[in-house]
Amino acid sequence: MMSFDAIVIGGGHNGLVSAAVLAKNGRKVLVLEAADDIGGAARTEAFAPGFRVSSIAHVLNRLHPDVVKALELERHGLDIARGDFVPSVALSKDGPPLILHGAYGEVLTGASSSEQTAWKGLRAQLLRYAGILKPLLARRPPDLGGMSLLETASLGQTALALKRLGKEDMRDFLRVLLMNVADLLDEQLTDDRLKGLLAFDATLGSHLGPRSPTSLLGLYYRLAGETGGAAGAQTLPKGGMGAVISAIRAAAERAGVAIRTSTPVARIIVAKGRAVGVALDSGEEIRAKTIVSAINTATTFFDLVGPREIDTGFVRKVGNIRMKGDAAKLHLALDRPPQFAGVDAADHKGRLVIAPSPDHVEHAFNPSKYGAFSPEPVMEITLPSLADPSLAPDGACVLSAVVQYAPYALRERWSEGKPKFLEAIMTQLETYAPGIGKTVRHAELLTPADIEARYRMPGGHWHHGELQADQMLMSRPVSGWSGYDTPVEGLFLAGAGSHPGGGVSGAPGLNAARRIIAMRG
Amino acid sequence: MKAWDAIVIGGGHNGLVNACYLQRAGLDVLVVEKNAWVGGAATSRELTPGFLYSNCSYVCSLFRPEIMRDLELPRFGLQVISYEGGAVFTRDGDYLANYRDHDAHRREFARFSRRDAEAYDRYARDVTRQCRFIQPLLMRTAPDPTSFRPRDIGELLYLGRKFAGLSPEEMALTLRFWTMSISDFLDEYFETDVIKANFALSGIIGTALGPMSPGTAYVLLHHYMGEVDGSVGAWGYARGGMGAVTKALAASFQASGGTIRTGAEVDHVMVRHGKARGVVLAGGEEISGKLVVSNADVKRTFLKLVEEKELPDIFLRRVRNFKIRGSSGKVNIALDSLPEFPTLPKDSPVYRGDMHFTDSVERMERAYDDWKAGQWSADPFLDMMIPTTLDPTMASPGKHFMSCFVQYAPPKVNGRDWTDADRDGFAESVISQIAEYSPGFRDRIIHMEVRTPREIEAEVGLTEGNIFQGELTFDQLLFNRPVPGYAQYRSPVGGLYMCGSSTHPGGGVMGAPGRNAATEILRDLAKPKQHMSPAHDVI
Amino acid sequence: MTRQLNINPSARTLAQSHFRTLRLGTPFQPRIDALAKTNDWYNWAGYRAPHSLWDEELEYFAIRNQAALFDISPMTKYRIEGPDAEAFLNRVTLRDVTKLKARRVHYTAWCDDEGFVLDDGTLFRLSPTRFRLCSQERHLPWLLDSAKGFDVTVEEETEAVAGLALQGPTAFAVLREAGFAGVENLKVFDLADFPHDSSPQGNSQVTISRTGFTGDLGYELFVPSEQALSLWDRLMAAGELRGIRAIGYTALNRARLEAGLIVANSDFVTSEHAIRADRLRMPDEIGLGFMVDLEKGHFNGRRAILEARARRKLRHVLVGLEIEGNIPAEHAIVYYRKSQEVGLISAATWSPMAKRNIAIASLARSFGDTIVDDLWVEIYAMRELQYQKLMKRAKVVPRPFIRLDRRTANPPADF
Repeated sequence: MMSFDAIVIGGGHNGLVSAAVLAKNGRKVLVLEAADDIGGAARTEAFAPGFRVSSIAHVLNRLHPDVVKALELERHGLDIARGDFVPSVALSKDGPPLILHGAYGEVLTGASSSEQTAWKGLRAQLLRYAGILKPLLARRPPDLGGMSLLETASLGQTALALKRLGKEDMRDFLRVLLMNVADLLDEQLTDDRLKGLLAFDATLGSHLGPRSPTSLLGLYYRLAGETGGAAGAQTLPKGGMGAVISAIRAAAERAGVAIRTSTPVARIIVAKGRAVGVALDSGEEIRAKTIVSAINTATTFFDLVGPREIDTGFVRKVGNIRMKGDAAKLHLALDRPPQFAGVDAADHKGRLVIAPSPDHVEHAFNPSKYGAFSPEPVMEITLPSLADPSLAPDGACVLSAVVQYAPYALRERWSEGKPKFLEAIMTQLETYAPGIGKTVRHAELLTPADIEARYRMPGGHWHHGELQADQMLMSRPVSGWSGYDTPVEGLFLAGAGSHPGGGVSGAPGLNAARRIIAMRG
Repeated sequence: MKAWDAIVIGGGHNGLVNACYLQRAGLDVLVVEKNAWVGGAATSRELTPGFLYSNCSYVCSLFRPEIMRDLELPRFGLQVISYEGGAVFTRDGDYLANYRDHDAHRREFARFSRRDAEAYDRYARDVTRQCRFIQPLLMRTAPDPTSFRPRDIGELLYLGRKFAGLSPEEMALTLRFWTMSISDFLDEYFETDVIKANFALSGIIGTALGPMSPGTAYVLLHHYMGEVDGSVGAWGYARGGMGAVTKALAASFQASGGTIRTGAEVDHVMVRHGKARGVVLAGGEEISGKLVVSNADVKRTFLKLVEEKELPDIFLRRVRNFKIRGSSGKVNIALDSLPEFPTLPKDSPVYRGDMHFTDSVERMERAYDDWKAGQWSADPFLDMMIPTTLDPTMASPGKHFMSCFVQYAPPKVNGRDWTDADRDGFAESVISQIAEYSPGFRDRIIHMEVRTPREIEAEVGLTEGNIFQGELTFDQLLFNRPVPGYAQYRSPVGGLYMCGSSTHPGGGVMGAPGRNAATEILRDLAKPKQHMSPAHDVI
Repeated sequence: MTRQLNINPSARTLAQSHFRTLRLGTPFQPRIDALAKTNDWYNWAGYRAPHSLWDEELEYFAIRNQAALFDISPMTKYRIEGPDAEAFLNRVTLRDVTKLKARRVHYTAWCDDEGFVLDDGTLFRLSPTRFRLCSQERHLPWLLDSAKGFDVTVEEETEAVAGLALQGPTAFAVLREAGFAGVENLKVFDLADFPHDSSPQGNSQVTISRTGFTGDLGYELFVPSEQALSLWDRLMAAGELRGIRAIGYTALNRARLEAGLIVANSDFVTSEHAIRADRLRMPDEIGLGFMVDLEKGHFNGRRAILEARARRKLRHVLVGLEIEGNIPAEHAIVYYRKSQEVGLISAATWSPMAKRNIAIASLARSFGDTIVDDLWVEIYAMRELQYQKLMKRAKVVPRPFIRLDRRTANPPADF
């Protein structure tokens, strides 16, 4: 029988990154994936005959450069050129759209010149401030229990970077850090389309409205990500998100990682407070010195380790992680490409956002607090088959949209609510792309409940835990255990539930692997 | 012409506290107040014969005992009486009471959930720990984190040391606590709606946030860090209404030689060569002073009382960006007799406490959604009490004064100014809610005063009618309050200081901003501060 | 008496009136009230409990000479039942519950994740799958949250179950006289059920364990609250010729000190109540290290306790002290070489049984641990409005301060 140094549970991108980095550092690594294919929420899947789509994550905007470098992903088929950057288009119901070109609006079109000037200032400021936070992404959060000299020193660097901002800039940084996004936008901008787009981006994937304090952090999180060396840039990868996974997989396999799919783990075997292996659904047991869980934190501890092996306070903390998703995913198989009003051909290949104003986003958010979906949802739409015709039959088109707000715990239950929500979405789409409804060959709507069931993501939350201030950094996934290790010796967390959070970044997986290596695990 | 050593604009509690300290330090101080009475938002007014109204602020807890002692306020009539618990009425005909007795409190909670009843101690412990962390910061000037001055570095180190003194678990909770919503925080302790609502209300009073907004856990703390004679977290009535606080302050001020001019509205601050020289009253009268202290909020002070050209752009921008949001109103009622609440036994101590009708966090949050939409809440949150059940001085025996604090009320209705019809509609939403629980309530009303943000701004001068002179969100706390770079009570204009609730540590009848400002002024004047007793220990 | 009401009020609404009774009576209250001639009450977890009833000295000597009856109903009681009850308690508490046989009792404690003691208490194994946990403080949320993943139910039953401690040399004789046949078979920490009140309304059982808080021969009896008074009467009648006497807490406290037993939130602060982080205590720091069983499976706090032991992070130690002279040193500061402050006495008394001045103290390690000489206590004795300050030598001595053979003798002594 093969023996392994480390077993990685979950073949999503973080699991694969973690496995690859460990393997490159001399570990014999086995990845166990429950589904019949790896990739987790970053797969490209068929959803109608002849139609394929990036089934959850559909825009690549934050794959961490350290991951690209460590895994030499460019040698394994990942190819991101500046020319691939796609624009963000803020759609308007009754006028021309406003468009952010290049890396998050290096050029802004469709806005007044004064708004362009204002945007230039705001964009620079946001990128500057996000840049302060950026180095935190690729390292363990500070340890409150006592920091090593190295940790203190690296935090000191952040403080220094802050000081380098200059007095007034630093003051503004400290003021706006935990502010709500709507207020900041109101302070500096006037165009509702632009403000709506930014408000949408700040709250995408979280249970916050633009007026919720701390919502600006969501925008920082986005802008701390980079693509092709440009902060805030985004691409629609050729072949869908699955192509990114293929590159990571190739790197992992090249490093010697063994991957088993259709292999659900039943439990993590713990002996005397130490993880020593896993038991599969089949009954098979595999032992290893290091177990890496790249799946959800709560699933890891409640289902695989079991609450008996951990302390009650920790059980409470894990139980208190808020992870009820608000984002649904819509896939439409269309007879032909839709025409969004006022959008030219090139911009249809970008990210089209329906979020007419921060107030609109806020109103869309309101019902989700009470377990109801937005009657007028906000969404980001991509038409990936325009640039990559392999995703759809000839002449046909794929529409992929992330739609908010669709609370996981819908009071009327999703079995009842789903058709109504789909109707609400289609009504919105029809307004912005008249005639689209008649071209729908097939529609697939994944509610958070569907996402939970299909991708084993509790709450259907793609961050595996709300990415809000109180669940970030030292508090992610839970306070006291934010450094990828866990109360169970030999068990590490490497999923999006850990710092810095979700999105196709690979950072949690990378950081976890680094931690394991540092601990000689 | 006489030149005062200091002119304090506004005779609110912070202005008076500031004036008292300056006068006692040997300065010759003048307080100018636009109304015919002093007190600002801490007043007792006889708006109908035989009834004293605490018509703005209505309860006392936050007022710093050090100040009461330094300024000899008991000698000038101030007495604070703890009130007895309170209740949240539930829509199923029951209520959840808060009793002062620990075991009665637990048994009351156990009527709804045994688990929640036994969870209370841990909740209280965690909140107490947070309060103990914050409390010592109230009477200190916030450091400027961008400064390399020894004093700022020293204060930063003090903060750092205080934080480092916490256990890792406490640190973690502190970090989370400051950014959590009160709703999420309570979810970690309790399971019952009404019990959560009972605590959540302290997270929203005075703010333009709902209980589900991050940051409201901190607001709860702001309401918990007061005390009544050493009983930390307790709330009470000032005997004779909240005006008793400012009346005592005014008397103390005058007794130490200070001068108050009422009916004297300041038109602007005189500035020459970047330095404040005095004030000009609305009638044109000039009063010169060596320094000027403004008790008005930061927007009123710098956008209305000081000429734009005297202020740096970056400062003006930050002042304009300061968030003062009207979110509450007030309905004050004179009652012919004590209202009955059939669900509440006649001998219940709840009559002598605060009463609420919002029995779930969701109802509170929905009330906030109305505010966000520019409307007053259709189903408002009320913080209602009848001070006359404890204080015999506010109405004749058998008659009662009722104070209803109401949330939410927007500064503008659907983007336009309040009208009288709006005001009546707002009042009706309050009265009908009370009447639902108290049959015959309407018939007991002798007189009623309704204060929307419009009335509060017009009379008290609080921008948008915001009771805290500025939102208590992180972007406006500590070294960010009121604006970054000017969080130490000074302003870009030499000799012009701020002492209102817009400054650290914020609103509520606390007096700390007034005192802290005096500390800074006396430091600038190199005056001794021996009449200022040290902040009480937190041990 | 029943009364027809228009609406059927829920139990919740009916319970509203509790505010009129701030200090509840226990199920034995009518009897205790009748005997409480000193009217010297204190608040025990919301109940009106007597410090003394008639004369605290005589009450103390009832424990040591006759049989003392003490109402322990206010003690918090949880019923823990289910197929996983044993596994659940094994995970919650420090000791190995698999070694606790059915119909046995053990003294145990439980900790939070950081290894700080949440409380100590007694665990009664009523049957293989049914337990009763008695403690000073309340722990329902902790127990319920700990129950995740276990097939077990946890219910608070403080009000439903009345408890009595019958302690003293004639305790067994009283029970025998009361007709509890077979009670002589109970060894220390055994328990058994006995029939009580065979009337149709009654017909219940009383659970008797050979346990107590006095270091003496003694038993604890638990009965449904409705049968409390008849049990009391039965014992009092049976004990009349053997000097039975109801007692208050002052007497009991003296006896427990002689027995060297600690009281939560008196000798240490429980971790859910400690506001100041440095007041928290690990088992090793309050003399409960012996309970920690590292051989059994995972239990709450295990990791932290192991780490603290390995990294020598234990900062305190709880010791018994014997102090010169006869002035009780309650809450006195303990000094090393008369000058360096090293700890505090949490409880102290003159022991009539040992004829020594005894105390329990919490000291900063290594004092009391490796440094045991040259310890002093400063006693502030208030005498006619003046403190008489005494500096007295203190000696670390093992607990219990007294050992009585009759506590464990089998068969129990029959007087």
